[in-house]
Amino acid sequence: MSRIAARFAKLKAEGRGALMPFLEAYDPDPTTSMAILRGMPGAGADLIEIGVPFTDPAADGPTVQKAGQRALKAGGSLAGALAMVRDFRRDDDETPLVLMGYLNPIIAYGPERFCEDCRSSGVDGLIIVDMPPEEADEVQPYAHGLDMIRLVAPTTLENRLPTVLNGASGFIYYVSITGITGTRSADATDLAAAIPRIRAMTDLPVAIGFGVRTPQQAAEAVRVADGAVVASSLIEILAGTLDSEGRATKGTVRAVLDGVRALAEGVRSARE
Amino acid sequence: MSNALPNSLRMGPDSRGRFGDFGGRFVAETLMPNIQEVQEAYEAARKDPEFEKEWRRLLKDYVGRPSPLWFAERLTSHLGGAKVYLKREELNHTGAHKINAVIAQIMLAKRMGKKHVIAETGAGQHGVATATACALFDLKCTVFMGATDVERQKPNVFRMKLLGAELNAVTSGAATLKDAMNEALRYWVAHVHDTYYCIGTVAGPAPYPQMVRDFQCVIGDETKEQCLAVEGRLPDVVVCAVGGGSSAMGIFHPFLDDAEVKLVGVEAAGHGIETGAHAAAINGGTPGVLHGNKTYLLQDRNGQIQEAHSISAGLDYPGIGPEHSWLHEIGRVEYTAATDQEALDAFQLCSKLEGIIPALESAHGLAEVIKRAPTMPKDSIIVLNLSGRGDKDIFTVAHHMGVSL
Repeated sequence: MSRIAARFAKLKAEGRGALMPFLEAYDPDPTTSMAILRGMPGAGADLIEIGVPFTDPAADGPTVQKAGQRALKAGGSLAGALAMVRDFRRDDDETPLVLMGYLNPIIAYGPERFCEDCRSSGVDGLIIVDMPPEEADEVQPYAHGLDMIRLVAPTTLENRLPTVLNGASGFIYYVSITGITGTRSADATDLAAAIPRIRAMTDLPVAIGFGVRTPQQAAEAVRVADGAVVASSLIEILAGTLDSEGRATKGTVRAVLDGVRALAEGVRSARE
Repeated sequence: MSNALPNSLRMGPDSRGRFGDFGGRFVAETLMPNIQEVQEAYEAARKDPEFEKEWRRLLKDYVGRPSPLWFAERLTSHLGGAKVYLKREELNHTGAHKINAVIAQIMLAKRMGKKHVIAETGAGQHGVATATACALFDLKCTVFMGATDVERQKPNVFRMKLLGAELNAVTSGAATLKDAMNEALRYWVAHVHDTYYCIGTVAGPAPYPQMVRDFQCVIGDETKEQCLAVEGRLPDVVVCAVGGGSSAMGIFHPFLDDAEVKLVGVEAAGHGIETGAHAAAINGGTPGVLHGNKTYLLQDRNGQIQEAHSISAGLDYPGIGPEHSWLHEIGRVEYTAATDQEALDAFQLCSKLEGIIPALESAHGLAEVIKRAPTMPKDSIIVLNLSGRGDKDIFTVAHHMGVSL
C-alpha cells in the first residue's frame, strides 16, 4: 500500500479528514523552506504538497506566483525539491509527500529519470497542473509506484469524469472554484453538491483545494470530502514575516507552522 | 479551406492536436471543457457555408482584401538578384495580417453566444485588431498587454482605448507578451462561461494553432494565385518573419506541398543568438511545454522559461507555433534569424526604396531577403510577406537612430 493510501486509510479509521498544507520549495530560501517542511507533520499536517517553482505558473494567482519567484531567485528547481524530499525522508517515513507543479521542468529533467528520482527520494504522488489526462502519456508510462493525482474542476462535465478518473490514483484533487489559486472561496453548498458526483464514480479519497483558506473553511471541506489543501493563506502568512528584502526573519518558520496548527485544529474539530 | 492531397503536409494536426510530437492541449483541467467547446464550435463553423460567406464578405469590404502582391522594382534592382515581391498585408484594415484571423474568431465567439472577448498582445497589433472586431460586433473586449509593452507601444494602446477596449497592463514576470498570455489564461479560467479567448498567433492549446493558421491561409492562397497570374509560375522562395508565427503559417501553408517552393522563416536574433538576448525559439531553444502546447522554447536547463529579447515587440516571445517546430524538424521550412540591427537597416532601406514603412516584425523577413536575393538568378522570384506597417514602430526606430520625436 502506498503511503498516501495508508494515510487515508488510517484517517478513515480515526474518523477524520486530512489536512494537506502546501509549501513552495525554496520559498524564501532552502533552509527556511526545509525547516517548514520538517515542522509540518508535528503541526498537524497529514499529507504535504510541495510546489515546484516555475517561471510561468498559469493556473496560480498572485500569491503563489510571488512564492515561485522568490523560490527561483533562491535557486529553486525540480532537483532542489527532490533534495528536500530526501532530507525529509531521513526522519519521516510515513507522511505522504506530493509534488505539485508544471510539466516543462519535468520534460527538461527527463520524465523517466524524474520518476526514478521521485521513487528513490521518497515522493509519493504527482500533481502536474498543465498535464490533463489526454496528455498523460508524457509522464504516466514511467510513473509506476507513484500516485498520479488528477484534478477535477467544477467545469468538468459528467461525461468527462471517466476520462479524468481513468489512470488516477492516490486521491482526487477537486479544484473547488473556476479560477486560479488563492483568489476566492467555494460555497459550501456547491461543494456539498459536487463531491458526491465524484464519489459516485470512484473509490479514491477526494481532497478539496483552490480557495480553502481558513480553519473554518478547512473544516467545511473535510465535512464533505476526505481532505483539505491549503496553500495561498499559508504563503501569505510566510510573506507577511519577510523583511523588506524578501528574506526570512526569526519568526517565519514558527508563523507558518502556527498557521498549519490552526488549520489542523479546524480539520480535527470538523466531525466532532 | 485547404485542398489537401494524399501524402500531404497540410493534413495536420491529428485528433490530439499534434503536428508530429508538437502541439497538444496542455491546459489545466478547468479549461479542458472550454478548449473542447472551442474545437467543436470551430469544426461546425468551418463546415458552414454561411460562416465562410460572411467571413469572405468582411475580408473584402471591411479588411480590404485581397491585398496586392507588389513587384518591388527598386528594391529588386538595388539587390541585383531575384525579383522581389511584397505581399502587402500591411494594407489591411488595422495595418497588419492579424485582422484576418481575428474577424473569424470574433464571428465564432458571437456564434458561441459569448459576451466578452479577451486577447493578449505584444506589439499591440493583435490587440488593436481584436478591439476593432469587437467594436464591429458589439462585444466587450479586454486586452492583456505587458506593462513593458504598454510603455513602448503607446500609439496602439491609445488606439485600443479609442476602439472601446479595456486594457489590462500586466506587471507579473517580465511584463511582456508571455506574461500577458499567462494573465489572459488566468482570466479565462476564472470566466470560462461567458468569455472567448481570441489568441493572436498559431500557438496555444489545440485547436488554436490550426484555427488561426486556417484563417491566415488566405495570405498564401492569394499569393499563389497572384504569382501565377503575374509570373505564370510559383515563387522560388517565400520568406516571412516568425514570432509566434501566424503570418508565416498563413503564407507557408498553401505552399507546403509545392516542393519546388523554398520556405524560409526568419526569427528575431535580437543582439545576436550567441549573446543569449534574442527571441529565436528554433535557432536558440529546445522543445518543451508552455501556454498549452509543446513546441520549441527559450528555456534554461531546469526548464524555466527565459525572457526573449527583440527590438520588435511582436517577435518578443520565447516560443513559436507548434506546426513551425514540426516543419523545422522535418526540414520543410528553413528557419534563419535576423538581428535587431539587420531589421533596423532593412526598415530604413524599404522606406527609402519602396516608399513603404514596414513593421519591425516584417523588417526581419526583409533582412533575409536582402541577404538572399542577391545570391539568386535574375529570373527567379522571392516573395516577402510584408505582414504589417511600421507606423507603430517609428518611436523605437527614431530612438535607435538617435532622433528624439
